[in-house]
Amino acid sequence: MTALLRRVDPYLKIEAYDPEAELMLLHFGPQHPSTHGVFRMDLYLDGELIVKAVPHCGYLHRAVEKLCEKLAYVQLTPIVDKNDYVAPMTNELALVMAFEALLKQDVPRRARWLRSLFAELQRVASHLLAIGTLAIDLGGALGGGTTVFMHCFRERELILDLFEAVTGSRFHYNTHTIGGNRHDLPEGWAKQAKDAIRVIRERLPEYGALTIENRIFQQRMQKVGVLDGELALELGVTGPNLRASGVDHDLRRDAPYAAYDEVKVNVVTAQTGDCFARAIVRVKEIEESLRLAECFLDGLPEGPINGGKPTKMAVQTKVPVGQTYVGIETPRGELGTWLVADGTHTPYRLKIRPASLHSLSALPYVLPGHTVSDAIAILGSLDPIMGEVDR
Amino acid sequence: MTSGLALLAFLMVATAVAGSMLIGARILRVVSTKNERLKTSTYECGEVPSGMAWVRFHARYYVVALFFVLFDIETAFLLPWATIVREVGVRGLVAVGSFVVVLMLGWVWASRKGALQWQ
Amino acid sequence: MNELIHGGLYGGMIVGVLMTTTAMALWFERKFAARMQSRLGPTMVGPSGLLQPFADVVKLLQKEDIVPFQADRVLFNLAPPLGAIAAISVAAVIPFSADIIAADLDVGVLYLLAIGALGVLPVFIAGWGSNNKFALLGGMRALAQSVSYEVPLVLAALVPVILTGSMKLSAIVEFQATHHWLVVWPFFLGVPAFIIFMLAMLAEANRIPFDIPEAESELVAGITTEYTGIKFALFYMAEYVHTLVASAVGAALFLGGWDGPFAPGLGWMVAKTLALFGFVYWLRWTLLRFRSDQLMALCWRYLVPAGVVLVAASAVWVVWVG
Repeated sequence: MTALLRRVDPYLKIEAYDPEAELMLLHFGPQHPSTHGVFRMDLYLDGELIVKAVPHCGYLHRAVEKLCEKLAYVQLTPIVDKNDYVAPMTNELALVMAFEALLKQDVPRRARWLRSLFAELQRVASHLLAIGTLAIDLGGALGGGTTVFMHCFRERELILDLFEAVTGSRFHYNTHTIGGNRHDLPEGWAKQAKDAIRVIRERLPEYGALTIENRIFQQRMQKVGVLDGELALELGVTGPNLRASGVDHDLRRDAPYAAYDEVKVNVVTAQTGDCFARAIVRVKEIEESLRLAECFLDGLPEGPINGGKPTKMAVQTKVPVGQTYVGIETPRGELGTWLVADGTHTPYRLKIRPASLHSLSALPYVLPGHTVSDAIAILGSLDPIMGEVDR
Repeated sequence: MTSGLALLAFLMVATAVAGSMLIGARILRVVSTKNERLKTSTYECGEVPSGMAWVRFHARYYVVALFFVLFDIETAFLLPWATIVREVGVRGLVAVGSFVVVLMLGWVWASRKGALQWQ
Repeated sequence: MNELIHGGLYGGMIVGVLMTTTAMALWFERKFAARMQSRLGPTMVGPSGLLQPFADVVKLLQKEDIVPFQADRVLFNLAPPLGAIAAISVAAVIPFSADIIAADLDVGVLYLLAIGALGVLPVFIAGWGSNNKFALLGGMRALAQSVSYEVPLVLAALVPVILTGSMKLSAIVEFQATHHWLVVWPFFLGVPAFIIFMLAMLAEANRIPFDIPEAESELVAGITTEYTGIKFALFYMAEYVHTLVASAVGAALFLGGWDGPFAPGLGWMVAKTLALFGFVYWLRWTLLRFRSDQLMALCWRYLVPAGVVLVAASAVWVVWVG
């Protein structure tokens, strides 16, 4: 029965399951400790076994895209910062890259390297959070999970400190502007960053021991929530979740942007596509991102950080008529910005393609046949950020 | 010395502790004048509960429950013997041993059949 | 009559000490966990937060008592005190020193196994009575888990009974005091039995890595989802008392109870109990949680046969070696 359920149409009529079974409909969320924000799954349970899962999102909808149509181009970066609130740097980057593409604006080399550096550091911070919250989902807020979580936060703090030193804020940076960056590195930042990278690299084996090398963790994750590569591609799943399913796809290497064409990006993949593969890809990507960050830090060229022409009224910056799509690799996958400009100082339409939404769309296919405990592990391993899903 | 009475006294103390906490709470606790339906409905992650929780619950471990009954009876037989292992010696050992061996054969058979798998 | 007074007096004393220890253990656990996680833990109430547990109790006493309108009121209200009573009652037969025992039953081991197993009933009553789906899932899990781990628990507890030839806890400790602690000799029986016993006790007391009945990341708060104020506190307390008492039983059965040099018996017993208790919390704040089917598999595939083998081996050992 289990094997059969896994491949069926997720929108199957419940009566087709077993007319004898008395199914229990359980609203899992929005106010639930482990749904990573306000996300709701309607689970149809036969005992503890999930027969059907219907995800509902939209509880955190803030009309970001509509807001973007009302504000001037230069005012948009702080708005999109709040989408994926765990990785704001990459949000901004995807947005300004779309503007630059239509404006045909060149970005100085130093700014491009800075952008890549920030993106990699952000990826480390984001993956640390993902591992920590996954551990909480598995180990509970009052148990071993919190210990992993707290340790991950300790390291994430180092990176937030670095960003604070550059931009003055810890979370919503607003540092990317059209044509370059707003803030240059302060004095002594390189050394601070080097130290942080060294510390995190030294402590990585600790997380390995607490998570991917832990027998309980392995038992909970292996062969659970298998998402095969074919289905993942069909659903538009990207990022670590796709790479864990054995598809070798990374925009940093396949469609380089910023400074990624100047360095070699090693893409981490895993074959099994289960929760464990997703966790292991994230842990290994931290290592890779640390290496890349160091690389960008060492090779950082001198020069100006902004190639934009000085304007009297930045708010009046007009983008010529046209449309473009720019996709970048955020910690969660492909974050796309589709911009339609009508020649005024506000976008005509700005569509954001969030990676998390597509990850979540795998849930109805993956969940049936698992237990409630597995549902939490699967949701945690997909690492969705509701701010990005609902926008 | 059987200590039935002492045990009774202990149980009374335990009850008194639990009871006094309940009474203390009754005196100290805040009493709300609002008792809306929504407030006293059960928690289902902030959604309106869909139906009652009193459903025919598919307990997948009923085989395990049967096993429990078997093994618990086994231990019930073992308990009186356990205190006099020295006295009954080899004879007792053989008797209890044959019983346990039969039971464990059943265990092996069941685990071969996969009865000890949850799903 | 004498016995009644003895039981009441010692009972009052032991329960009083138990409650205070539980409160202190709460503080200790929070500090311990905080240190493990590079935090500070409670600092505000009293010197280094020592009075925090008492502040918590006072807060919980004042909380409004909410009974869901769909719940079965009788069962809902009955479960928390029953849980607390069942947890405390186990302490009746524990020998804290040669003469501090509330009720030195001849069938002490049987009694503590029976009452310990009773602890799951209030949990299930709460799960069913709340009429909450999370609570129901939690209650069902608790039942499955308890029913399974009962068997290895009894088997492991049989080992000291066979080796010492008595079910009286004071006699078991006496035997260890005159011979060896059971984990020391015969260690090949004592140590595995001790490990199985502690694992099963953790499972019965719903502690991590076996705390799936309340698994707050899955079931919100499991059986206690609908409980507020003092009823929640009673459940919470029952769990801590259960763990503490389980540690004391483990110390008495396998670690020689009050036996030890240079210090009074009570000191040794308390030290051993707290050491085991601390170990339980160390585990709790390090490990992740099992899934229910893995838990059952662990029990039935490994612990039960291991327990049977241990019992047989100790019987053979007793008959041939003495």
